[in-house]
Amino acid sequence: MSKTIPDMILSGLEPLILNASTGFVNVGERANVTGSRKFARLIGEGNYEEAVEISRLQVEDGAQIIDINMDDAMLDGVAAMRRYLNLLSAEPSIARVPFMIDSSKFEIIEAGLQCVQGKAIVNSISLKEGEKEFIAHAKTILRYGAAVVVMAFDEKGQADTYQRRIDICKRSYDKLVSLGFPPQDIVFDPNIFPIATGIPDHDNYAVDFFKATKWIKNNLPGARVSGGVSNVSFSFRGNNVVREAMHSVFLYHAVNSGMDMGIVNAGMLTVYDDIPKDLLERVEDVVLNRREDAAERLIEFAEQVKDQEADAKESDKLKWREGDLQGRITHALVKGITEFIEQDAEEARQQTDKTIEVIEGPLMVGMNVVGDLFGAGKMFLPQVVKSARVMKKAVAYLLPYIEEEKKASGEEAQNNGTIIMATVKGDVHDIGKNIVGVVLACNNFEVVDLGVMVPPEKILDEAQAANADIIGLSGLITPSLDEMVTVAQLMRERDMDVPLLIGGATTSKVHTAVKIEPEYSGAVVHVLDASKTVPVATALTGDGRTSFIRNVRNEYVKVREDNAKRRGKKAITALGFARKNAVKLKTEDYSPVKPAQLGVQVLGNYPLAEIFERFDWTPFFKSWELAGKYPNILEDEVVGEEATKLFHDAQVLLNKIVDQEHFECAAVFGLFPANGIGSDSTEIYVDESRCEVQATLHHLRQQTERPVSNPYRSLADFVAPKNSRIKDYMGAFAVSCFGAESMAKAFEANHDDYNAIMTKALADRFAEAFAELLHEKIRKHYWGYAATEDLSNEALIKEAYQGIRPAPGYPACPEHTEKGTLWKLLDVERNIGSCLTENFAMAPAASVSGWYFAHPEARYFGLGKIGKDQLEDYAKRKGMSLEEAERWLRPNLA
Amino acid sequence: MSRDISTHLSETLSKRIMLLDGAMGTMIQRHKLEEEDFRGAHFEMHPHLLKGNNDLLSITRPDVIEGIHSAYFEVGSDFATTNSFNGTRIAQADYQMEAHVRDINFYAAQCARRAADEWTQKTPEQPRFVIGALGPTNRTASISPDVEDPGKRLVSFDDLRLAYKEACNGLLDGGADLLMIETIFDTLNAKAALFAANEVADERERIVPIMVSGTITDASGRTLSGQTVEAFWVSMMHGQLFSIGLNCAMGAKDMLPYIKRLDKVSTRLVSAHPNAGLPNEFGEYDQTPEQMVAELEPFVAGGHVNILGGCCGTTPDHIAALRQLADRFVPRKLNSEEQAA
Repeated sequence: MSKTIPDMILSGLEPLILNASTGFVNVGERANVTGSRKFARLIGEGNYEEAVEISRLQVEDGAQIIDINMDDAMLDGVAAMRRYLNLLSAEPSIARVPFMIDSSKFEIIEAGLQCVQGKAIVNSISLKEGEKEFIAHAKTILRYGAAVVVMAFDEKGQADTYQRRIDICKRSYDKLVSLGFPPQDIVFDPNIFPIATGIPDHDNYAVDFFKATKWIKNNLPGARVSGGVSNVSFSFRGNNVVREAMHSVFLYHAVNSGMDMGIVNAGMLTVYDDIPKDLLERVEDVVLNRREDAAERLIEFAEQVKDQEADAKESDKLKWREGDLQGRITHALVKGITEFIEQDAEEARQQTDKTIEVIEGPLMVGMNVVGDLFGAGKMFLPQVVKSARVMKKAVAYLLPYIEEEKKASGEEAQNNGTIIMATVKGDVHDIGKNIVGVVLACNNFEVVDLGVMVPPEKILDEAQAANADIIGLSGLITPSLDEMVTVAQLMRERDMDVPLLIGGATTSKVHTAVKIEPEYSGAVVHVLDASKTVPVATALTGDGRTSFIRNVRNEYVKVREDNAKRRGKKAITALGFARKNAVKLKTEDYSPVKPAQLGVQVLGNYPLAEIFERFDWTPFFKSWELAGKYPNILEDEVVGEEATKLFHDAQVLLNKIVDQEHFECAAVFGLFPANGIGSDSTEIYVDESRCEVQATLHHLRQQTERPVSNPYRSLADFVAPKNSRIKDYMGAFAVSCFGAESMAKAFEANHDDYNAIMTKALADRFAEAFAELLHEKIRKHYWGYAATEDLSNEALIKEAYQGIRPAPGYPACPEHTEKGTLWKLLDVERNIGSCLTENFAMAPAASVSGWYFAHPEARYFGLGKIGKDQLEDYAKRKGMSLEEAERWLRPNLA
Repeated sequence: MSRDISTHLSETLSKRIMLLDGAMGTMIQRHKLEEEDFRGAHFEMHPHLLKGNNDLLSITRPDVIEGIHSAYFEVGSDFATTNSFNGTRIAQADYQMEAHVRDINFYAAQCARRAADEWTQKTPEQPRFVIGALGPTNRTASISPDVEDPGKRLVSFDDLRLAYKEACNGLLDGGADLLMIETIFDTLNAKAALFAANEVADERERIVPIMVSGTITDASGRTLSGQTVEAFWVSMMHGQLFSIGLNCAMGAKDMLPYIKRLDKVSTRLVSAHPNAGLPNEFGEYDQTPEQMVAELEPFVAGGHVNILGGCCGTTPDHIAALRQLADRFVPRKLNSEEQAA
């Protein structure tokens, strides 16, 4: 041998190394529909829960690998293999061992290989169907990364002599190794056949097996030997004493010959030394084929011992059942054993006055142990999931009693409140949330669990539909923290006041207080774990609600203050630094185009048909919550039909609007000489002499720390500064679509909400399309800086043109009062009739306004957070009090 | 070409510890990008919000991504890991971006390729390489999403295999030299990725070095799907691995015992790229380069690793510090095959 061959290593959740010091490896055989009648019945009945217990027993009995076989003509073997393996994977006490995927159908084997995360063994392949198939199967197994059992079987049949055994094994071995199959991953099954059958030809089967094993171990480096041991005693079915002795004796000699592993019923094996002398002698005679009458002598002896069943073992495994009640409940929860939990819950129930105390008492005590073990790293996640299942089962059992007691005490049907729970978008973790759900349900809350990865809109829709009393958000990964903030913001936008609970591994009181609570006017409470959730939920739904919320608020204010002191504001650069690192426009090769006509112009009652051609329909569908891009959305598998219907109805209404001129679209815009004057302000001049200032725009500048190469942007950067002596220009516009309100009202009066909403949605489209159309006209004609532009509608929608039209209130210029300047500059109210509300919202709602910048490098950006220095500077520039500036800029304050 | 890379890498790695890059997400965050950056002109009309879908930036803001790769090369990284952590149709389904998965991977590789070629030209004595990153997806093939039905699965092996094949093809077409299956929390997902990567390499008749890197997420010292590090190695060892390692999760200090265990059993190269410590209450990473170096010193001083780098929260400053650290020590010696246990 030129090089040493490594050990065979398999794995489940833990590795299993097979080498000289490992000794014989037991492969559990009971999860086999062809070998175990009980298992076949359970699988046939679909009773997988109990079928899983069969594997658990084997592992507890010492099986180091579990063999699984679903080869039954009446079964969908692929589905059964998948289901069973998936279930075993959820049982850490079983899945810690490697699996042996056993089938004569390769499709079942492949299905099995796709379900195991560890390194499994395939049982089996052989040369039965010829070399081509053998090689193909071996290659597939190699790619999945499994070891393989090879049966001593070839095109002529099963090997039943010593010579045939070693010939076939040698041929198989050489083929596999030439394919690159690691020799240490090859296991031979040289066929264990029944002996003492009464047929003389069978008498030497065991001896041949031992000899073949020895030969394989000596001649095929790295290869191992395995076999189905219970076969050997097949003719003594029904006599377990004899069978167990035969298995032990066979194994004793097989292992001495070099057998490495065997498929055995670990529960059907006596210790070799414990076999009574007389039985041992007779069994060895048979196994080693020592005398001609060996079989007869054993059969004779077998009659005598027939019914001495060795059934003492069972009690060991159930020793924990002898402990006290709390001990048993805790054991069941920690080990994830559901079998006795109802019985124990019942016992506990009889010891308490109120059933709920069983949950709050012994069950929670047990779950706390689980929590502690998990925290200490002594349990891992899949085990905790199992514990939750046991808990759920106990609670399900107790619930009817709790209901009953409530009825009796007159509290009937009055639950403590409805709680909507969800793991936020992008996060799949829900164990903690599920536990919280269970505990809350136990405490008489109606729990609506929306599951994992739930988008914020859905959480709030469901909460509003269910008239929820509390919303609970959970998450484990860090991005979930932001998602929770989003939910809070959306709740504010929807004017909700439902209390919001925040929980999950990465959440914290500090984050909740600093980032989430300020976003929402309702109560926001961080809950550390399941045990803390109940008192909080109870307080939030009870009489002391107001004072509880006030206390939490005060506490969070304190947390925020402490935090601010601790953290400082390192992420914000000084305003001076940001200004120094502004966008430097290339001015040398850019000379601004002077607008064809300066000053304010009005486009009143613009032809609707022309605007309508510029519709971007995608946002229209989005406003109806149909996701997809127009026109593809009409063909969409899921929403296509609905979208088409909607689109059709929109067309009908649109025709009516256009034909009967229900809407009126108007625009006002102005193009002006303009220059920057430093400090992020831009002056707009009355005329080209640039002497008289008509308006001053006050922009804001990005201030959150950016990488060295990135500028700190401001809209002020897109107009050349006064001292550059470049004559630059900028523009402003406002467009509105009138008529939607009254038309919608008319529909509403007829209880036609559908068309009322449709009307408003179409008005929005008109305003947007008009703004887009106007921008094009500005670029090509009125200003004319891109007179030669020739873009398709699609390219237009993608904004593939030069220049931008940012709107006050949007990310680049989020401060809304600048709309006041715009309104004055264009005299919008008098020119087209739209006005601003006290909060600077535009009326009618279907309006769009903004600034025009023409520089080729002008681009959209988000302002982000600004520092106190900029706030003060801005207030000064705007002539506002600091408080007022703070109010308008609150979302942007760091 | 790929044979040259393998040879070159093996030679270099026998002489010195090679350096991965640091965090992509942390660096992207610095740019404070907005919805329109993510959309660009390409996805202007996409019906779903795209902000946060960092992988799109290789298409819409290649300047940003290439810049980040360059920043890491500048401080001495040998490898750039592509911006494709969520670049499978399974992960992109959240954003309804399945149709763009090929582009996401292709352009991610292109961004890294350009930066790598530029730096190889600048420093021919230190050629730079592109690792195509394959993330874990947001589904798990081994764990049920439903506490009531432990046999349920949201994703199958074949779903994963096909999704990873698509990603691998995009990455290799775009110029990736190696592939790395990283942040593995479920070994079955990773096995599907490994299957796919080997299939793709076979179809292309080329050698593609494959790196795998798991993550240990809680105090039990196991992967999320319950495996010990040894079992993780055993489950992946069949895939002709170039290296095996750990990343992300708990920071260097808590990773050390598991890297030591991996060092003991692995017959392949060992890599480690931990986070910059644990995130604070805001999900931000505060660990300074100096602190990280102090925690990582035992990794290299003990000769436990061949490849070092950073995950979440690490920046070019951290990697620059790691470069100095790595250069002070010799790389881990490879275990021979028979010791593998």
